[in-house]
Parts: sequence; structure tokens; C-alpha cells
Amino acid sequence: MTTETSEGLRAWLLTETPHSRWQARMGSFYQGWLTLRGNPMAMFGIAILVLLLLLAAFAPLIAPHDPFAQDLSNRLKPLGTAGHMLGTDSLGRDILSRLIHGSRITLYIVALVALIAPIAGLLVGTVSGYLGGWVDLVLMRVTDIFLAFPRLVLALAFVAALGAGIENAVLAISLTAWPPYARIARAETLTIRNSDYISAVRLQGAGPLRIITKHIWPLCISSLIVRVTLDMAGIILAAAGLGFLGLGAQPPSPEWGAMISEGRRFILDHWWVATMPGLAIFTVSLAFNLLGDGLRDVLDPKDGSQ
Amino acid sequence: MSDLLNVENLWVKFPTRTGVFDAVRGVSFRLGRERLGIVGESGSGKSMTGRAILRLIRKPGMVEADRIELDGEDLLGKSEKDMRAVRGQRISMVMQDPKFSLNPVMTVGDQMIEAYRLHARASKAEARQKALEMLEAVLIRDPERVMRAYPHEVSGGMGQRIMIAMMLIPDPELLIADEPTSALDVSVQGQVLSIMDKLVQDRGMGLIFISHDLNLVAQFCDRVLIMYAGRVVETCAADKLHEATHPYTRGLLNSLPRIDAPRDRLDVLQRDPAWAAAPSIGPDA
Amino acid sequence: MTPALSFENLNVWFGDGRDRVDAVKGATFDVAPGDSFGLVGESGSGKSTIMRALTGLAPHWSGRMAVNGQPLGPKRDREFFKTVQMVFQDPYASLHPRHSVDQVLSETLYLHGMKDIDARIVRLLDDVGLGSRFRFRYPHQLSGGQRQRVAIARALASDPAILLLDEPTSALDVSVQAEILNLLTDLRAEHNLTFLMVSHDLAVVSHMCSQLAVMQNGEIVEVMTVDAMRRMTSDHPYTRALLEASLGYRRAAE
Repeated sequence: MTTETSEGLRAWLLTETPHSRWQARMGSFYQGWLTLRGNPMAMFGIAILVLLLLLAAFAPLIAPHDPFAQDLSNRLKPLGTAGHMLGTDSLGRDILSRLIHGSRITLYIVALVALIAPIAGLLVGTVSGYLGGWVDLVLMRVTDIFLAFPRLVLALAFVAALGAGIENAVLAISLTAWPPYARIARAETLTIRNSDYISAVRLQGAGPLRIITKHIWPLCISSLIVRVTLDMAGIILAAAGLGFLGLGAQPPSPEWGAMISEGRRFILDHWWVATMPGLAIFTVSLAFNLLGDGLRDVLDPKDGSQ
Repeated sequence: MSDLLNVENLWVKFPTRTGVFDAVRGVSFRLGRERLGIVGESGSGKSMTGRAILRLIRKPGMVEADRIELDGEDLLGKSEKDMRAVRGQRISMVMQDPKFSLNPVMTVGDQMIEAYRLHARASKAEARQKALEMLEAVLIRDPERVMRAYPHEVSGGMGQRIMIAMMLIPDPELLIADEPTSALDVSVQGQVLSIMDKLVQDRGMGLIFISHDLNLVAQFCDRVLIMYAGRVVETCAADKLHEATHPYTRGLLNSLPRIDAPRDRLDVLQRDPAWAAAPSIGPDA
Repeated sequence: MTPALSFENLNVWFGDGRDRVDAVKGATFDVAPGDSFGLVGESGSGKSTIMRALTGLAPHWSGRMAVNGQPLGPKRDREFFKTVQMVFQDPYASLHPRHSVDQVLSETLYLHGMKDIDARIVRLLDDVGLGSRFRFRYPHQLSGGQRQRVAIARALASDPAILLLDEPTSALDVSVQAEILNLLTDLRAEHNLTFLMVSHDLAVVSHMCSQLAVMQNGEIVEVMTVDAMRRMTSDHPYTRALLEASLGYRRAAE
């Protein structure tokens, strides 16, 4: 019975003659999913990210201990200690539990940056590319100024000005991350701007606002999504870097970068304290990179239109 | 064995999500030192046939055939390295748009010299001399200037002539021209064709001329294969093309507007599924 | 009778100063209402540029252009786009790759302030011989001919009186070309349309049009009727050369 309905659903999704807007849209999503599914590395990335999401969602249920509970008699226990699978840190807190709770912070940072930076970049890039002239000149010079600073240094300066803390770290990373997106969006807009389908909608009397939001954005967004997933690793690392320097999440918050920073003091004698959060950052970054590569195959409009 | 090229039962297959798609289905033909036209609509497999002879089908596409022989020499069993020697040396290909075939960051002269030196051991000066000769052979009036130009600085017709000149440098036995004039204006089209025509005749080359333009092929070639859905549906002498009998060929001919015979409505081709299902016409039909 | 389209000493150029390219020089011709007028020439002769200037896509021009007697200024208003619509050359480039047929048509109808959008989409698709089966497809699910039909439906959405056709079949196979040309002929009769058609193919223009202008290097070298062209009674050597070239390749030896 279930196979029958799933077959029906498949046919409904893959039909050449959809009967409603909804079906057409679902159909093209399904096509993309099929392409993505054919890429084992991307699926591996997705699996890790889904796991991360679940961990973050059910952190209090999964974590064996309270991430903030100190137990000074049990400090710096190695891997595999009974009750502390990944050992404990300098204050006797369970590292596994801290990692699990830390995934919430990581996801929070990633989600916020992934929302702010590309949207800002998209706005600046498409407006600048479509309108051209002095608007383009001004916006692109501003972008250049931001691009001219090393990213972490600029983020440091922002955090120093705004004060330490996760929100400010997110803001600082976003402020330094948008210019490359603006560049990409502008370059795409320049090629799209002169195409026949934009001319055609101009001949229907559409204004710049409608053309930018309804016609140019949908084409830029896919390449931005790919770029964001590939940049995600960098964002996590930048957040971890700020945490490591003591300018991001503040102790006792179990942010992964901050955890590495704390573990640094014991790295020679108690390597696991810094290594475990490092491995977590590595795994998640890798997962985003793999997903980004897979998404590029699915979303790239150059392939999709062929 | 007087045949220059002998193709038997050629298939080009592409695996897709819904099964294997056959782009070319059992095409067979023989080619002497003549001009063979392959006509058909887009998707008929005519370009794929040309590329399959050179084994230029990209993965995951597959080429299968009972036989592809050049001068009695088997091309199917050759290693990729040996194939590279065949491509360019013995079989050359001219593509539709010269803009995509020329390297945009090298001058025309440098590209021609490099192409020549890839195939023959020659000093730079010799190669340069040869390149100049070739440009003159394709009726370029000021070859010195053209040698210094970059591809974007030359017109479409000029670019296509340069491509032909480059392809002719190694003195190939067979030239495959895939829509060589479709991107050109009619007046330039005539020039490019007459150059190709002359070169083929003077050098005794074989020519496979792939085109969608029935009239052009009828006037330019000696013999024509008409392809539909990956199969050869009809083959005839080019000057008899207008007496073709297959309904598909007739339909194509009748759907063309004509200056000398005005009509209110054009005939619309009614496609018969049986055309695609019937086997390819063999080389001896 | 007021001409549907009138061009007087039209100049169009791109770029400024040293980079200035004069694409159209002193073009003058009229298109009568209900007529079908062809612009013929090779690439770069400026034939498409005239259309782009008329529709406001080429902003630098001088001279006089008028639609139904109304002279055009630097800006085009809604009313203009309701009267004049255009079909582009390449159906693979003129449809937004991420918009379904339904989105394309409903947006166009919305922009023209139409009310009963659903019913109109169905009627437009029927008009161009597609039917509602195609309504929710994306461009990559359509063949070249089907795409061009969608583009024609889009151009017809505002019920225009004048249709500009920029090489509407040059990217299509000949059998599909015949279908599209027949469709355009039928639509012209049904909707009383005036056509201005650009093509490099003399045979297509002679089939579709009653009058034509031959262009070379931005100038109109000759305006003639199609009947005159058929009789090969052309005055201008360029027109003759074009005619002979389009009658086909002649081997030098013959």
C-alpha cells in the first residue's frame, strides 16, 4: 500500500504536465533532490548537518551531564573515563555535554550570519548592477573598502567597538562577510540585465523594483546559496576564532572556539580538551563544504537551463 | 578498399534517469573522396554522428559500432592517445561558431603556428610561413594583419575562414564541418563555402558537411543522408534531393517558404512515429 | 490614413565621443495599419536597432517616431506598451529560466491591469495553440517552438495593435518555423495586427510581408514591395546581391 502511494507521489512529482503552481514547484524541487541524492558526498554532508540539527534541538535530553556543572575533583579526565566519554575539562565539566550544547550556539551563529550577509550582499549587488551609473560607483567603492580589510581584523575592530558577546560577533562577521556576495550578485546582475527576458518584461511596463526583486533575485539567489554553504566553514571558523581570542562567546558558554581557547593551556598534557571541539568544528565545516559542492550541481542555472 | 571512411551500425547512447537515450541509432555509411551532407533537425543526431566518428562524445555518453574505419584502419579500438593523433592530423573538424573554437587570449597567428608545430616538427619561421600560406589559401587578403589580431577583432566570416585554415594545416584526409556557415550572413556564407569547396577538390579530401539547411546541402554536396530521431531515413544524390521520396524529407522541403512560389500558408510537417521506429537505411540502399 | 508606425530621419547610436557607433542613419519609412512590413539586412545592418529604439530599449536616438500618429518622446508609457509588443529572436533567451509559463503570463496580464487573469491565460494558451496542459511548465520543459509560442502569447497578452517580430524563427528548425509563421499569419488575421518584422531571411520576409526595406550599414538602401522583389526588379545592387545570395550557393565552376 505504501509503495503504491509513493509511486503515485513520484509520478505526480515527475509529471511533464503539472496541474497547479504548487505541483510544478514541488516537481522542480524533487528534480533537484534527485540530482542531489545522486551525489554521495553531498548526502554525507546533509547527514552530518541533520545530526547536528537533532543534537541542537534535543541537547538537554541527549547530553549526559549539565554543561556548566563543575566537579573539581574530576578535572582533566582523559577520553573514555566512565561517565565522561570525551573526558572533562579544567573545571571538571563533561566535554561531550558541552559540545552538544555548543552545537546550539554554532547553529545560531551560522544561521544569523547566513541570513544577514547574503541578503545585504544581494541588495547592494543587484541594485548596483541593475541601476549602474553613480549608484553603482558609490556602492561598489564602499564594497571595495570593506574588502580591503583582512576579515578577522575588521571583525576584531567591530567587536572591540561594540563589546564582546555572541550577538556582536555575529554582527561583526556579517559586516565583514557581505562584500563578496555583493560582488557576485553584481556580476550576475550585469549579465542578466541585458538578456532578452529582462527586455521583455520591461516592454510590459515593469519598473526597476519589480525587475530586481522578481526577475533578478531568483537567478542570483541560487549562486549565493551555493557560495554561502561553501563559506559556512569560514564563518564557523571566524566565530570560533573570535571565541578563541575571547571576543566572541564568553565563558562559561560552551561555544566551540571558546572551548579550544580554554583547552589551549593544557594542550601538551591534556590534548583532548582542545582537540574535541576542534574535531567538531572540522566535521561541521566539512559537512557544509560537501553540501555546497552538491548544491552547486543542483542549483547552477547554467546547467539547469540546458 | 577504396572507401575513405566506413561506418557500420553506429550507436551513441546516453544513460539518463529514465533509461538509456539513444542519440544515434544504427547509422551506417561509406564515404569516398566526396562531399557528403548530413541533414536533419536539431536533435536528429547529425552532430552526434560527426563527433562519434572522432570519438568526441563526452562521458557518460557511449559510442558503439560494428565498425568505424578510416582508410581501412580501425578507429574504435584505438587508445585515447592514438585517437589524439588522428584528430587534427587525419580528420579535422570545423564547428559552428568560431568564437568558441578559437582561444580568446592568443593572437590568430600564435594559434596557427602552435597548431602547426603540434603536428609537424618545424621551426617557428617555417610554421609562420605555412600559416601565412594557409590564410592566403582561404582568401584572406591581408594575412600579416590577421596573424596579429585577436579572435574578438575579426568578423564572424573571417573567424570561420581562420578556423578552416587552421584545420587544413595538417593536410587531413577528412574534414568534418558541423554547421560551418549557420552563424554567418548569406553573402559571407557563399564565400566560405566556395573556399571549402575549392580546398576539398584541390586536395582530394573527403568532406562531411553537417547542416540543417536542405537547400544549401542540395547545392553544395554530392550525396546526402537525411537523419530523423537518430536514424538515417533516406539517402540520395544531392541534386536529386528535391525529388526525395521519404515523407519526412518531403515535409521538410515543403515547409520552407520560397521567394519564387508564394503561398498563403506553409505546409506543416506531420510526424509519423513509424519514421523513428524504422531501421536506418544502410550504406548500399 | 494615419500610418500605424512612422519613422522619419531616425538616427540611433550607441556610446559617446570616440566610441560612438551609428547603428541607424536617417531611416524613413511608414507602416500602414494592418500591413506587414519587413526589415531585411545582414547582421549589424541596424534592422533590430530600429525596433529597440521604438520600444525604448535603445535610448540614444534623434529624428521622429510616431505610433498611430502620436509622436514618441524619450519615455514610453503604459499606453505605448499596450499598443506595441515585441517577440524576440531567441526563444531560449527570452523566457526567464526560473518562471513557469503561468508566472510569465500572469505577471504580464497583471502589469497591464487585466482583471480575469485565470481565464485570460487559458485563452492566450489556446490562441497560440498550446492549450492549458503547458500552463505550469518551466521553459526547460518546452521545445524551441513551444517556447516561441509562449513568447507570442506574452506579446499578445495586452491585446496590442502592433507586433514587432525580431527574427522570430531564426533559432528554430524549418518545420517548426513553418508552424510559427502560420500561427503568426492566423493571429494577424484574427486580431487585426500590424506587423513589423526583422529578418535576414528573404524567403521568410517575402512569405510574411507585403512591403520591405533593405538595410545596409545602418541605412535603408531601398524600400520596395514584395511583389517587386519576387520579380527581381530591384534598383539597388546590394538588394540584388542579397537576393542572389539567398537563392542559394552556386558552385564557381558552373
